[in-house]
Amino acid sequence: MAFAAFGHSGGSKSDFKTPRKTSVKVAMALLIPGMLYLGLFFITPLVSLVVTSLEVPDGSGEIGRYAYGFEISNYWTVIETYWPHIARSFFYALMATILGLLISYPLAYFIGVKARRWPILQGLMLTLVIAPFFISFLLRTFAWKQMFANESLIVTTLQSWGVLAPDQYLVGTDFMVIFGLTYNFIPFMTLPLYTSLERLDIRLLEAGSDLYANPAKVFARVTLPLSMPGIISGTLMTFIPIAGDYVNASSQFLGSSETAMIGNVVEANFLRINDYPSASALSVLLMAAILALVTFYVRRSGTEDLL
Amino acid sequence: MRFALGKWALPLYTVLAFIYLLIPIAYTFVFSFNDSFKSNISWRGFTFNNWLNVCGEPGVCDAFGTSVLIGVVSTVLATILGTMIAIALVRYEFKARSQVSLLLFLPMATPEIVLGAGLASQFFNMGVTKGLGTVIVAHVMFCLSFVVVTVKARVASLDPALEEAGSDLYATPAQVFRKVTLPLLTPGIMSAALLAFALSFDDFIITNFNAGPVDTFPKFVYTAAAKGIPAEANVIGSAVFLVAIIAVVLVQLNSARKQKRLLAGK
Repeated sequence: MAFAAFGHSGGSKSDFKTPRKTSVKVAMALLIPGMLYLGLFFITPLVSLVVTSLEVPDGSGEIGRYAYGFEISNYWTVIETYWPHIARSFFYALMATILGLLISYPLAYFIGVKARRWPILQGLMLTLVIAPFFISFLLRTFAWKQMFANESLIVTTLQSWGVLAPDQYLVGTDFMVIFGLTYNFIPFMTLPLYTSLERLDIRLLEAGSDLYANPAKVFARVTLPLSMPGIISGTLMTFIPIAGDYVNASSQFLGSSETAMIGNVVEANFLRINDYPSASALSVLLMAAILALVTFYVRRSGTEDLL
Repeated sequence: MRFALGKWALPLYTVLAFIYLLIPIAYTFVFSFNDSFKSNISWRGFTFNNWLNVCGEPGVCDAFGTSVLIGVVSTVLATILGTMIAIALVRYEFKARSQVSLLLFLPMATPEIVLGAGLASQFFNMGVTKGLGTVIVAHVMFCLSFVVVTVKARVASLDPALEEAGSDLYATPAQVFRKVTLPLLTPGIMSAALLAFALSFDDFIITNFNAGPVDTFPKFVYTAAAKGIPAEANVIGSAVFLVAIIAVVLVQLNSARKQKRLLAGK
């Protein structure tokens, strides 16, 4: 999937389909430690999140002290208070995912289809696609902030051209946050697109044009449908982390208080003002939305393709 | 003319896309040589001082060391657990296959903020003090699935006939694993470990929720960002980038050479 292109080429071309061994004992011995780990540190935390989201203040009047409860209304309060943040998160995620797809598709097409004749170039380009992963996520986001800062060359030039008003800046705007989110998650989009375009049989494209389809039609009727698994996987792999991100939108980086997303609220409520129930309720809502999306995906392509 | 333009549009676009992808890396690298005073915002002249005296900035080297320690321990644990699961998934038949796949997929499909807040609320409810241990527990959790995906691709491309040949020659299952399976899996396991380390080293969101007072490199950068990131942080970021890129290129060249040798052998 997303990281199949990492380091070595994935083995999908030469999968050996032989009957699997049936020793249940060995299989269980191999599986149980890891599954137990995920049960303890992935599943139980989610349960803990749901429990916390329903808690009520314990009556001591102290900040950050809560008792078990079953306060469903926590959810209504959270939706009422933070609906702009919820709407903004999904709007940003949608915009950044669409932009990421538009930017990544031609790139993945060139690497996966046009560059096939030169495997070394292909490998080099794949390394360049994942290169941003190797520099700290925070450092590269901060680099964009510096380049688009209020006194930067870019902003002063745009102001002198009249694109921006003299007192108008970029950092802290919706544009800047979407720009940062798009940039940061492009590798997650390009790699799955590459993986499915790399398998595309060029003879099918030739057949299309032999049958008098113009290039646009060949693309719409052959290339695009065949790369759909990559598109679905790529959009999912970018939309999910973007919806939960809070670094790009934070005021230390590309955002301001006007651009706060769900993640910024969860961080502030959980770590700074110790309002655990509201932070947990928001996280549960985000998780529920993402699970709905994933379920839709699983229905379409089955669980075996997930990994 | 139109034809020529069409032919060059895509390569030209690719070059522009790569420039766009690499700009922040170049920026970070260039500003690691800035003769900065306190905040590293405007260009004040070229110097090697930041590189020669990286630890001059208080806290940055400690944070880096902590990140490396967390990265190594988490990588080893996640790689062992993940490789075992990958072998089980490809080589063994069992009933709960789709449930196992789903359980492995879900952590990758969960936003980091939910993973981070969930673990933090569990530690809080259980009264566990946050520190190095809680960060490592968190990192092993989110690296595990990525290790499984990477190693699984390798196990799937491994010809079972090689293992059968081993047992036909009277090797015990343990010997087959040690002498045949493991050496063949090594490149996949190495890639997985590299990926796990990269994920752990660069993680900020989950770490921020579960580290308590422990300062990792990303946490240091996040805190520093409010008043400007010191050039020493750029030095560490650039150095890590160079080491990682060299490691990946070496792995690629190595596998290309092996493939060539394999083809020549046939």
